[in-house]
Amino acid sequence: MATDTLIQEDIHSGGQNDWSGGKQPFKASYGKLMMWYFLLSDAFTFAGFLIAYGALRFSMPTWPVPDFVFSSFPGGLHHKPLFFVTLMTFVLLFSSFTMVRAVQEGHRENKKGVVFWMFLTIIGGLGFLSCQAWEWNTLLGKEHMTITKNPFGTHAESGVYLTGDGKAEGETFEAGDSYLIHKAGAGHSDDAAHEGEGDHAESHYEGPGDYTDAVVDKDGFILRKYKVLEGENAGMIKSESLGPKAFGAIFFFVTGFHGFHVFSGVVFLIIIMLNAATGLYVKRKNGYEMVEKIGLYWHFVDLVWVFVFLVFYLL
Amino acid sequence: MGLSYEESKKVALRVISILGVITIVEVIIALLGKGYIISGFHLPWWFVGILMIVLTVTKAYYIVYEFMHMKYEVPSLVKSVLLPTLLLVWAIIAFFWEGSDWKNRRTLIKDKNSEEVKSVVPEGSDIRPFLQEDYNRH
Repeated sequence: MATDTLIQEDIHSGGQNDWSGGKQPFKASYGKLMMWYFLLSDAFTFAGFLIAYGALRFSMPTWPVPDFVFSSFPGGLHHKPLFFVTLMTFVLLFSSFTMVRAVQEGHRENKKGVVFWMFLTIIGGLGFLSCQAWEWNTLLGKEHMTITKNPFGTHAESGVYLTGDGKAEGETFEAGDSYLIHKAGAGHSDDAAHEGEGDHAESHYEGPGDYTDAVVDKDGFILRKYKVLEGENAGMIKSESLGPKAFGAIFFFVTGFHGFHVFSGVVFLIIIMLNAATGLYVKRKNGYEMVEKIGLYWHFVDLVWVFVFLVFYLL
Repeated sequence: MGLSYEESKKVALRVISILGVITIVEVIIALLGKGYIISGFHLPWWFVGILMIVLTVTKAYYIVYEFMHMKYEVPSLVKSVLLPTLLLVWAIIAFFWEGSDWKNRRTLIKDKNSEEVKSVVPEGSDIRPFLQEDYNRH
């Protein structure tokens, strides 16, 4: 009889245990599991952008060369290809490390440790955002790259620039060389540093029109004239053209979208750090799981940056 | 998790150092391949490309598996996140390929458009090109 009762209990408890709740699928809490799935969906969104970038870029005959476009550094430095962007990567990697330390302190229920390491993570996040703001300011303000205009181009054929008196005696270039189209009349204080790129004083162009050595378009872009040296168009005089529009549009959208993620991450980090500081998570006794969840989000932001870094700057 | 506090701290430090070194290596190879370090030196684009992707995936592994603790999660959770991601990678590759195909197609069309069409109609036959008056017959 005792066995009968046991068997009956087994049948009942089998059904009840599965559906009575209180069990964690995958041995992860609801919040953590949902955070993983949210990050997966966000990965799809970013992948959509990268797919658009890839499809457009590889369908174009030329594309701006990243180490030419991204070669400035704060302090008026130029010709430092990829230096600044590498610094940004290190800032974000460092903030990921401090986040890991915060989670580890949380597992030890160490409130002070959690707040300290989260504070460092926030500093890292803000540092990254400042760097991105500087990058955008340089591209938009100094180099006049917008979502509709892209002054970075790549030559598709070799040629020689025309000098002021219309002769084909300026610098020569090969197919695949990059160029940056400057704007007339805009006062750049760092023009002297651009000398290596064959820049000349913008001041002698007065408004849009056809000059001996360049065509100035209605927005003031100086499209320098050159004579083609090789290929089917040899001997023709052509002028530079603005680079593919998609470059600027996609760059600002992707880095903007990512920057928005960093910003919202920083906001959440501040909220959770303050919550931790007030002792809200001490009562829960779950190893500061909230910190772990926001940590997952923060690492995802870092991961996306690693791929953006790869696709936009290294490839 | 199985690791003590001290061990966890060491692992975190080890992983961040690895990530830092890989990043530096990536940048050096990218710049080396384009001739910035030794002037005139050039690496083929596909070589640099594949190396970059391999290094970045390694970084992604360390970030997901160690920093995000995927290594210590239940295998089915791992699969439920990684399998869709792999399909995503397939989608990305497919579209890069597609973009390349657009360029090739555009070049092909441009070339074909500039080709000259020669007539192969034999002498004396009544086959001739369609003319405007053929339209006007109705």
